[in-house]
Amino acid sequence: MSVGFWLAALTLGCAYIALAWGVYLAARVLRFADISPDGTFPLGAAVAAALLVHGVHPLVATAAAIAAGMAAGYVTAILHTRLGVTDLLSGILVMTALYSVNLHVMGRSNISLLDTETLVTRLHALAPMTKAWPDDVTFGLLFLAIALLLGGGLSWFLKTDFGIAIRSVGDNPAMITAQGVDRRGMVELGLALANGLVALSGALIAQYQGFADVSMGVGTLVAGMAAVILGETLWSRGRSLVATVVMVAVGALLFRSLVALALRVGLNPIDLKLVTALFVLGALALPRLRRRAKGGAR
Amino acid sequence: MIEVRKLQKTFVQPGGEAVPALLGIDLVMPSAQFLTVIGSNGSGKSTLLNALAGAFFPDTGTILIEGKDVTRTPEYRRAGLIGRVFQDPYKGTCPSMTVAENLRMAELRGLRRGLRIGLDADCRARYHDLLASLRMRVENRLDALIGTLSGGQRQAITLVMATIRRPQLLLLDEHTAALDPRAAEQVLTVTRQVVGEHKLTTLMVTHSMEQALELGDRTIMMHRGMILADLSGDERKQTTERDLLERFARLRHTMEYTAQMGVRGEP
Repeated sequence: MSVGFWLAALTLGCAYIALAWGVYLAARVLRFADISPDGTFPLGAAVAAALLVHGVHPLVATAAAIAAGMAAGYVTAILHTRLGVTDLLSGILVMTALYSVNLHVMGRSNISLLDTETLVTRLHALAPMTKAWPDDVTFGLLFLAIALLLGGGLSWFLKTDFGIAIRSVGDNPAMITAQGVDRRGMVELGLALANGLVALSGALIAQYQGFADVSMGVGTLVAGMAAVILGETLWSRGRSLVATVVMVAVGALLFRSLVALALRVGLNPIDLKLVTALFVLGALALPRLRRRAKGGAR
Repeated sequence: MIEVRKLQKTFVQPGGEAVPALLGIDLVMPSAQFLTVIGSNGSGKSTLLNALAGAFFPDTGTILIEGKDVTRTPEYRRAGLIGRVFQDPYKGTCPSMTVAENLRMAELRGLRRGLRIGLDADCRARYHDLLASLRMRVENRLDALIGTLSGGQRQAITLVMATIRRPQLLLLDEHTAALDPRAAEQVLTVTRQVVGEHKLTTLMVTHSMEQALELGDRTIMMHRGMILADLSGDERKQTTERDLLERFARLRHTMEYTAQMGVRGEP
């Protein structure tokens, strides 16, 4: 397999890292079954694309995508914390509603970004030498830089006094109130952050692949879970916080590589989501099956 | 000082049945008093503790902590004034966070949790010393995940967390009931030590009459949402477990008799 093949897979992987961290934040840190990424991922792509075709600066467009994702995540959270809707249903409602929102944002079901400015064309203008590089390299390095920045920020954030409180919300909801932590506020902020990351991922991928499509969100959460699970399997949970954050990112890279590899060796793209779902199912069911095999009937 | 006035609470069960849990409790605890509360299941002793903690708001009545009316203060905001240890040793700590992180979280109870890494070398030195005073060999496990510690160790750490900043009120909810006898004894020793050292106003709910009389300086006995007996001073010193049981049976009998006669109204 050529260098170009791996380069493309890793570049896409780097863009997926933010998504994986978003899913990690919701599913593992907050232990909130949040399915809204299936809507906030294309939302990020849609907002960025719609603004880019109107000539908005790519940085502003990308920032707006993050803000839109955060707002959507916040809505999912308040459906749960203020209106008492279950976590799963809150996410499903928001995801469903976002489908219409995304169509409105784009004005049609897809937008091509081939002739518009993107983060990379700006980079070309800023540093002319990058023009000579293949797009995969420029995008890859850009995404990697963003991921390093985000990863450092996320590791730091989770270790701050505020971050400790956010982590406690998922770890032991029964005791945090006794420790003076406002559970609702933490869930609201945590989900906003998580979906901001997911939307950022959507915005980056739209710019990389040169289009945004309303249906690009299908299976986002499952893909994110796959990355999280891969990362955790490589380095079992509960080591250190920074190690976990790093491994989730590695999981995202690995996931995209495995997908690229599977497609290369002849997996029908139609089956991709089925295979991904089966993989996540397997990872979730394996511990239980293993327990049963050991004779511990449960 | 803790002042509870005419506290009433009736819970409505899913079926619509009303269950009176507190029938007008009046209770004044001077500062530094260590009060033990006994009573059978459903007597309202845990309900009283949870009302003080703010787990629910009472139907009527008021709760004052050091003169401050907290009757309608949400639980998480009241937490700045209150330290709490639960019966279940797994309830009081965050299992997948380290000992140091748990202590840090408790130290900021009622304070602003900022976007800064507050868990520094100073903190760690302080936590080390605090834990060393437990004599349970946990002081060198600051970076261990709490989930890897034993129930007794976790409960002792929960006690440290509850008192790491001097609370106006310490609430202990049968906090040794789920431990094995040796761990329970250790946690009780730590309880005496911590409460005595900081002269904490403490309310401890317990099932054990022995514990109720042995610890603290005042004991109240609850039954069906009311305080049946209130012992302190010499009277309490001369009371044995057996006296308490007899007294309980007698009072309960009287109460049920009067209830049958229909005289039990508003207390």
